Amino acid sequence: MESLTFRHTTKKPLPGSVPNAITGVVASGNLEVLLERVLPPDACEVAIETPIAGYGDVWEAVVADFVARAQPGGLRISINDGGARPDTVSLRLLQGARLMEA
Amino acid sequence: MTEWRGERLARDARIAAGRTHATGKVVPAAAVVDLLEAILRPGDRVCLEGDNQKQADCLARGLSACDPGKIHNLHMVQSGIVLPEHLDVFETGIAKRLDYSYSGPQGARIAKMLYGGQIELGAVHTYLELFARYFVDLTPNVALIAGVSADREGNLYTGPNTEDTPTVVEATAFKNGVVVAQVNEIVDKVPRVDIPGDRVDFVVEADRPFYVEPLFTRDPAAMTETQILIAMMAIKGIYAEYGIRRLNHGIGFGTAAIELLLPTYGEKLGLKGKIATHWALNPHPTLIPAIESGWVKQVHCFGSEVGMDRYIRERPDIFFTGADGSLRSNRAFCQTAGLYACDMFIGATLQIDLSGHSSTITQSRVAGFGGAPNMGSDPHGRRHPSDAWMKAGREGQIVGDPALMRGRKLVVQLVETFGDKLVPTFVEQLDALELARKIGLELAPVMIYADDVTHIVTEEGIANLLLCRDADEREQAIRGVAGYTEVGRGRDRAKVEELRARGVIRRPEDLGIEPLDADRALLAAKSIKDLVHWSGGLYEPPAKFRNW
Amino acid sequence: MAGDRSARTDPDTLSWYEATARQRVTALADPSSVREFLPPTERRMSPHLPLFDLPRAFDDGIVVGEATLDGAPVLIAAQEGRFMGGAFGEIHGAKLVGLLRVALELKPKAVLILFDTGGVRLQEANAGETAIAETMRAIVDVRAAGIPVIGLIGGRAGCYGGGGLIAGTCSRLAVSEGGRISVSGPEVIETNKGAEEFDSRDRALVWRTMGGKHRRLTGGADAFCADTVSAFRRAALDLIGRAPAFDLDTLEAEQARLEDRIARFGDCHDATDVWRRLGVNDPEAVPAMDTDAFDAIVARVGEMDHDAR
Repeated sequence: MESLTFRHTTKKPLPGSVPNAITGVVASGNLEVLLERVLPPDACEVAIETPIAGYGDVWEAVVADFVARAQPGGLRISINDGGARPDTVSLRLLQGARLMEA
Repeated sequence: MTEWRGERLARDARIAAGRTHATGKVVPAAAVVDLLEAILRPGDRVCLEGDNQKQADCLARGLSACDPGKIHNLHMVQSGIVLPEHLDVFETGIAKRLDYSYSGPQGARIAKMLYGGQIELGAVHTYLELFARYFVDLTPNVALIAGVSADREGNLYTGPNTEDTPTVVEATAFKNGVVVAQVNEIVDKVPRVDIPGDRVDFVVEADRPFYVEPLFTRDPAAMTETQILIAMMAIKGIYAEYGIRRLNHGIGFGTAAIELLLPTYGEKLGLKGKIATHWALNPHPTLIPAIESGWVKQVHCFGSEVGMDRYIRERPDIFFTGADGSLRSNRAFCQTAGLYACDMFIGATLQIDLSGHSSTITQSRVAGFGGAPNMGSDPHGRRHPSDAWMKAGREGQIVGDPALMRGRKLVVQLVETFGDKLVPTFVEQLDALELARKIGLELAPVMIYADDVTHIVTEEGIANLLLCRDADEREQAIRGVAGYTEVGRGRDRAKVEELRARGVIRRPEDLGIEPLDADRALLAAKSIKDLVHWSGGLYEPPAKFRNW
Repeated sequence: MAGDRSARTDPDTLSWYEATARQRVTALADPSSVREFLPPTERRMSPHLPLFDLPRAFDDGIVVGEATLDGAPVLIAAQEGRFMGGAFGEIHGAKLVGLLRVALELKPKAVLILFDTGGVRLQEANAGETAIAETMRAIVDVRAAGIPVIGLIGGRAGCYGGGGLIAGTCSRLAVSEGGRISVSGPEVIETNKGAEEFDSRDRALVWRTMGGKHRRLTGGADAFCADTVSAFRRAALDLIGRAPAFDLDTLEAEQARLEDRIARFGDCHDATDVWRRLGVNDPEAVPAMDTDAFDAIVARVGEMDHDAR
């Protein structure tokens, strides 16, 4: 298993007040994303556990694009990956952010 | 004096030798090897019918059991290398040379045998190309074909999977060749005559019904949100934009998702009757909801699909059917229809390079082409206009006299940026080139050349290559939809944004599509069982697709 | 915890087969009534899977909690069939056992188990097998305390292995067409006995032997549901209302019924033979029937409604 952690500073906090949410399932080609509103409003941390090693730069790019787009300030995001493709990861992250904004 | 009837006399001799194992034209399954050894000669060109669906498997087993001392160095000319026996004959020396089109399930073994020199390869063709050569320089001496039933005169009923049979028989029977048909049963009267008896020399009652694989059944239960998103973009950004009525779909999950979105998402966009009305397509089960909702006017088929027979019989307004009620398919005609009478081909591929060349060949698998290079090409012989064709032509024409402008067929590649096991779809160089070097192919096995491709659709967006004005723009347009692959991450971000501003690249949001709306709830059918319900119980899916 | 894709959890349209465990629980219970125990934020994950380089799940593939159903308090456990086939591991099993034990204190109207499992997780087999035994023991205690335990079965993984054993100890079972109940799975049977005995790729055979319709027709399940969450909710409410007493009479009747079943159907070679003997006129037509048509057959045959399951 490979563990990756990315920390970002955001311009604003993610709107809404849902304290936590989870989306997705750990299965082949899928992943679960747990989002918790526990960090300072301008901070976002994404921690990943993946069985597929060697894709750190791809994860970094996916997370950076997500942070730029969603501005998920205040969120600690934890991912259990089942070998998902990057597009699935992006989709789950956006789904998770939407749940937190609800 | 010139002998003008040498071939004819040789054929008569072969038939006479074969008759000693027959009662009239009828040969028992147990005598297949004797029959084949009697009618074949070393070095013969042989078509052992291996279609997409219908397989002359009893004759294939017979051929592979022949004595290589008597029968050897055959030149196999057949569209499909599908069954293990199709390659076994090269291991024993019964066959030596091969010209073919498609080798899906045997792709890995064929690559190994090519590399090991056991097969002398002529070429990997498209279907139409191989059929064409049957009439010019690859005419079979012997054709071993398959049908559902025959009478004692040899009148043949192919069943719904007529596929290649008429073409193979035409080339063989009318040029001094011998035609052997295996059938599931001998009957007093066939339901309809697909091949007249005077073109069939021997009829073998097979020991078991010929093998058919359900190649075109895609289980909606396996469709992902990403595939649905891509399908939404294709419908809104291409089908609607160009008003595509006449089309051909590939066999992947992406195009199956489009079929399932027509009655839901397509309906919501008000596109019914405006797009996807006339098809050159196998009878895909996933098209049932669109047919039942009145989207589809007619469908001509290359072959049939397992489980669709009853449904097709009850929908003669949609499908081409015979006097007996069952489907009449024909690969040569349907390929021609796809080439000349369709305004768009849309399908998937395994690899796309920086220019837009694509291939389904990887270093260890030679899958062949089938019909994709014909479907996925812009036919320069086309002379009839249509709105979609003319619009694409205008987009692609940069210079020259507008009065002499011609249209363009839309050739759309629908791909996810990563395939199974995180293998990237976008690459700097196609594996096909390395394979060609390794096994010494003169022509690299490219499925669709870059100059035929007009659009690439991925989950990241649509790249309209018609609007690219030079090679650099083209490369950045491709990189710009290549997602998080190395090719995608290697993009020039400023250039990609410029292309987006010009509409060369369009993102989901540029099309008014919210990626989070790409939900399985949009599928008109979410399971095979749903397809059965849509069909009113007429679709009978094979056991491997059932969960009831 | 905000549910998994809350936008899709309309119980009338949400497919049980397609839904995740958390979606099933959320949509099954009264709106906003679910309180999850040991939710994903607690990160009670498998201690064993990392040894095998396998990914873990924050809830170890099972959702447990309390909720209300038509206003009455219930406890709910739901297995996630897509995580490791819904298989029992140490944490997964402990959460289910713990839920059943707390039922003795909380005294809910019922305990609902939403099965979706292939059995025991190979990587933590000892813990998993122990959990199966402990769960069966706990169910017996809960039923003895007068609390019905209702099993709901309609997920992708079916209800196999130890899950099939546990289901056998429940008060009542509801199943959908896609649901399967058995102990040895199709592949296991084929591996041990050969494809001639049981061809696991013949999915029609698998479903008519282990699927929801067969289990309902032979009384192995007490209710048959359409594949929606609201259908399972209605079935659960109905079954809670008519759970059998857990006493010696019930068990003896059950034993008698099982003996009778072997005597009547033991020589049948296919499920369709069983259905024909039950009085189904056109057994070949059963697999394709919709829920209404099938319900009519069930009502006419009547065999399966029996206090002893």
